[in-house]
Amino acid sequence: MDLRYTAEQDAFRAEARAWLEANVPKEPLPSFDTKEGFEAHRAFEKELHAGGWAMVPWPVAYGGRGANLLEWLIFEEEYYRAGAPGRVNQNGIFLLGPTIMEFGTDEQKARFLPKMAASEEVWAQGWSEPNAGSDMANIQATAVRVRDGDGDHYVINGQKTWASRGAYAHWLFGMFRTDPESERHRGLSFILVPLDAPGITVRPIEKLNGKAAFAEVFFDDARVPAEHLLGCEGKGWNVAMATAGFERGLMLRSPARFQRTAARLVELYRRNEAECAPGLRERVADCWMRAEAYTLETYRTVSRLLAGGKIGAEASLNKIFWSELDMEMHELALEILGVRGELLPRAPSATGVEDWLDGYIFALSGPIYAGTNEIQRNVIAERLLGMPR
Amino acid sequence: MDFTFDEDALLFQETVRDFLGNECTPEHVRARWDVGAAHDPALWNRLAELGIPGLLVPEAHGGLGLDERTSVLLFEEFGRAALPEPVIATVAAGAPALREIGGALADEWLPKLAAGEAIVAVGHEASPFVSDADVADLLLLPVDDAIHAVRPADCELVFEPSNDPSRRLFSVGFDPGATPRAAVAEGARAVAGDLLVRGSLAAAAELLGATDRMIELSAEYTGQRHQFGKPIGSFQAVKHQLADCKVKLEYARPVVHRAAHSVATAHPDRALHVSMAKVAAGDAATFTARRALQVHGAIGYTWEQDLHLWMRRAWSLEQAYGKSARHRQNVESWILAEDARLGPGATFRAA
Repeated sequence: MDLRYTAEQDAFRAEARAWLEANVPKEPLPSFDTKEGFEAHRAFEKELHAGGWAMVPWPVAYGGRGANLLEWLIFEEEYYRAGAPGRVNQNGIFLLGPTIMEFGTDEQKARFLPKMAASEEVWAQGWSEPNAGSDMANIQATAVRVRDGDGDHYVINGQKTWASRGAYAHWLFGMFRTDPESERHRGLSFILVPLDAPGITVRPIEKLNGKAAFAEVFFDDARVPAEHLLGCEGKGWNVAMATAGFERGLMLRSPARFQRTAARLVELYRRNEAECAPGLRERVADCWMRAEAYTLETYRTVSRLLAGGKIGAEASLNKIFWSELDMEMHELALEILGVRGELLPRAPSATGVEDWLDGYIFALSGPIYAGTNEIQRNVIAERLLGMPR
Repeated sequence: MDFTFDEDALLFQETVRDFLGNECTPEHVRARWDVGAAHDPALWNRLAELGIPGLLVPEAHGGLGLDERTSVLLFEEFGRAALPEPVIATVAAGAPALREIGGALADEWLPKLAAGEAIVAVGHEASPFVSDADVADLLLLPVDDAIHAVRPADCELVFEPSNDPSRRLFSVGFDPGATPRAAVAEGARAVAGDLLVRGSLAAAAELLGATDRMIELSAEYTGQRHQFGKPIGSFQAVKHQLADCKVKLEYARPVVHRAAHSVATAHPDRALHVSMAKVAAGDAATFTARRALQVHGAIGYTWEQDLHLWMRRAWSLEQAYGKSARHRQNVESWILAEDARLGPGATFRAA
């Protein structure tokens, strides 16, 4: 155990910091849940990609930097420190990308990863259906394999919902029932679907803040080339579990994001201390400590992975911890702001409210998406503690 | 940057876990309680054969010359076994304090301590009480700007029974003017400060072990106990309580491990890191004690069930070497200081 950065790691940090200082937009971009913001974020992703910083831990051949996970952590720290834009293609780069690397054919890797790294193609998730939420094995959308004059295809019918980034994304990944006789988690396949294919209708859904963050997607005899099957037909559940692990686990929620929020929370408290109720000081310290704990646990996990370890059901611990921390930090910020806490930033008296309210609304989704925290608690109890099903 | 433990440290941990699994059973702990004691000289001798008392004693003084990057794992095992021995005072706090004081006092006492022939009890500013003073051969007591090295025979010891029979507290009366001062002024303040930091770290590590054991006992019990025709552990209302304990435990662990690294490498912010560790481990343990009792139901509320051996450890170790509230205040002052370095990238930086 040696918790000091090497000279190479320090140099890597300095290089990342210099690039970000020169290239991160000075003004925040509009939300990527608007068409304008979506394109502005893609434009920034192109710059990031051109600078070689889009996918730090990916192989160079797929548009990455070929760095290790520790360097990725350092990059993330610098990225959040610089206040750089959110990653509009996070479903692709953090979730599907690693899944393709694990399950994809060489052709699929070459076809999808470079365009993903450059955000030329932005991805949406297609897990949930009206009757398959926490009970994901109840998926009913079907994909029937057809070989005819047009080639080898899946013909897809059914509906997906809560497709994150679905409003503006180009592609969707999801699970479909390829064996009509099958039940539960058997007979499902993981398929990559171009959202501009005939027979697909995307209907954006406004989320709690009124922006079109996700969508319903309807499939009416939509034809998708069979080569877009990821992994084996009928084994989609295994592929999806890997993706879900990436979502709950390491990549999507790097600790820097929560450290930045915690540091801003301390700053907010310091500025408003005179008006704060006595108990808030302790809660601020508690949140800051938890953000540090999350960071330390991530460094521990990365060290373990670099030494050849794997992430399993522990990803569920992770998901509960960051989502509840994020919510509490934002709740606490609104309490510190007192009567101004309910004001939208454009209200004339909204001095110093920053974006805490918007952040709060976003944080509220954390315990719900990527598998509700109740589902995660079941996973922890059954798989980590060995409690009966 | 590497957050993994050395193979040797992990192997030592396994050895100690197996040893205590056989030697420090719940029956052993209860037997000590029954005779109104905690420390057992026979068990202490066996621990000395493993080198435990001298873990942090330099090899030149007959110890193993290891640091907190090993001892933190062993203290977790002491907590898992609810070991009622004065390990925190003697091994984690006393030995390094003697090492830092140095000179004739260290030359006289460290070899005896490492051989298991002397027990050291320590005082500190976070509590007026000294634990295990009655079985100690030497007391290290900070008074004002000095540390006094005192023989128990030269003190008046008043037993202060605690909620945890394994934690034997004493009020210690002695005449500072009549006893030699082992360290004074700056040196004494540094030793006294580090003594409290090291004790807190060891208590935090024991709290991890106690928490882990309570979760394990609860998962086991709720898998066996049937109601409504099913094991109660199959109900989500029960599962989720223990899942919450597991989350708290696993996010306290790296905080404790980092604090151990900071103490071992004399990081300038080690006191902060240890305060964070004590808060995280104390919260995880007291939270888990409550939940473990709840899922055990009435049987957990009996003296006969073993759960309370660890519940009492959780409560008393949360008190030991500074309560969570005290340590949380340290953190508050640190993060609210003008020049505090917070945010992404600051975690492993020196002040």
